[in-house]
Amino acid sequence: MKPIYILCARQLKRYVRSPARIIGSLGQPILFLVALGFGFGSMFARAGGGSYLNFLAPGIISMAILFNAVFSGIEIVWDRQFGFLKETLVAPVSRLQIVLGRSLGGAIVAMAQGAVVFVICLAFGFRLHSSLLVPAAIVFMFLIALLFTSIGTAIGSVLQDMQGFPLIMNFLVMPLFFFSSALFPIEGLPRVLKAAVGLNPLTYGVDGLRGSLSGAFAFGITTDLVVLSVLTAILLAIGSYFFSKIQL
Amino acid sequence: MIAVRDLVKNYGNFCAVNHVSFTVPEGKIFGFLGPNGAGKTTTIKMLTTVLDPTHGSIRINGHDPTREQKQVRRSFGIVFQDPSLDDELTAYENMDLHGILYGVPRSERVKRIDLLLDFVGLGERKKDFVKTYSGGMKRRLEVARALLHNPRILFLDEPTIGLDPQTRNHIWSYIQQLSREEGVTVFFTTHYMDEADRVSDEVAVIDRGKIVAQGTPSELKEKTKCATLEDAFIALTGHAIREEEATATDRMRMMGRVWRGSGRR
Repeated sequence: MKPIYILCARQLKRYVRSPARIIGSLGQPILFLVALGFGFGSMFARAGGGSYLNFLAPGIISMAILFNAVFSGIEIVWDRQFGFLKETLVAPVSRLQIVLGRSLGGAIVAMAQGAVVFVICLAFGFRLHSSLLVPAAIVFMFLIALLFTSIGTAIGSVLQDMQGFPLIMNFLVMPLFFFSSALFPIEGLPRVLKAAVGLNPLTYGVDGLRGSLSGAFAFGITTDLVVLSVLTAILLAIGSYFFSKIQL
Repeated sequence: MIAVRDLVKNYGNFCAVNHVSFTVPEGKIFGFLGPNGAGKTTTIKMLTTVLDPTHGSIRINGHDPTREQKQVRRSFGIVFQDPSLDDELTAYENMDLHGILYGVPRSERVKRIDLLLDFVGLGERKKDFVKTYSGGMKRRLEVARALLHNPRILFLDEPTIGLDPQTRNHIWSYIQQLSREEGVTVFFTTHYMDEADRVSDEVAVIDRGKIVAQGTPSELKEKTKCATLEDAFIALTGHAIREEEATATDRMRMMGRVWRGSGRR
């Protein structure tokens, strides 16, 4: 247990100690929140959708978690290049413990970023539907974070350097974000798009978070929770597998 | 303590390590010498469980690195050729993390960390971030860290690069003492032939993946009829300067430096 804890704590220390990263990664969510939230707000309301900000905020929180989680996972590449990975790989602890510690740390960091964005959303006028479901929201945030940290871990374990990073941003992370229900409701989408959105794990995370914060689930809390938990478990296993195969 | 038989590592058509065999008895200091790209680091990677050999058998403290990784990993400490510290942590935190990974009990950990940091002259700066350290200080910290868990075997891949003669002598005399008094086995590589001559009980010279000579430093000098180990080394491996391809790591370091000045995020 202790190795898991110390590797997790390492991630948290590194996060707290780099305010540049904390502030830097807030830029994008704020941009989306302001430009889309206020830009489309009146149209959304006229179409009978209610407050777009209330609809959008959980999506933007999910986005912040998604980006930070994938990045936390891919940090393995940096650790490989700058050497610290070697130190953990020759230590007498199992690869599973290492990957669990890292993933847990990465997930908590991503969640923390999500929490900061949540506070910013409140400042921009987002209103909680009810505080009863806040614990559920925390669970959803954690699941989103862990799921995408695991994807990042799997990718980071096979990448040799950061050359492929823009590829992953543009062909994996951005599509995951845009083709989820973060920006628009699922009802009334063209069939193909609807199917794509339905296959996207982030959709269930966004829906769970939106339901918990704004009070409207599209799939229901049980579906969201089950789908997300199962996928997280599977991806954590895949990430751990790839990590265990790393050779220097 | 270390027994290697017929070790081979191929990367595609390229043979990095070509049928290498040697043994290092307990408590001996073994110098593994060779020009750049000869296969030294590749061999160390295989001995230390992070790279699977293509062929051949290895025993570290009686265990097989490909199957009994935990036992093997517990028995050695290593100073890598490349840096392996977390720059965003302090020296003490780096040591503490290492101690926890190796299961050193807390009370002993605290004591040994202070002892070793004082020994390498970093006691005063243990609370400073490693990113503020000079290259030599980082090296000293890595040596201290490798010794923290009382390993039976020490792997040192060019451990004295960037160290001044004072520090080099200081560290080597301590390692020699460990080997003499506590029977710690030392396997090291270096490009400083005077250093290899002075500290090694036995050396092996590897070139293009093959061991071309093996014996005590004086045996090698005798065999090649050279006055110094450096001359013997050149007699054995020739004058040609070796080419090494830049690895992904080198390229990334370069990029890191360009991006953020210190080479580390």
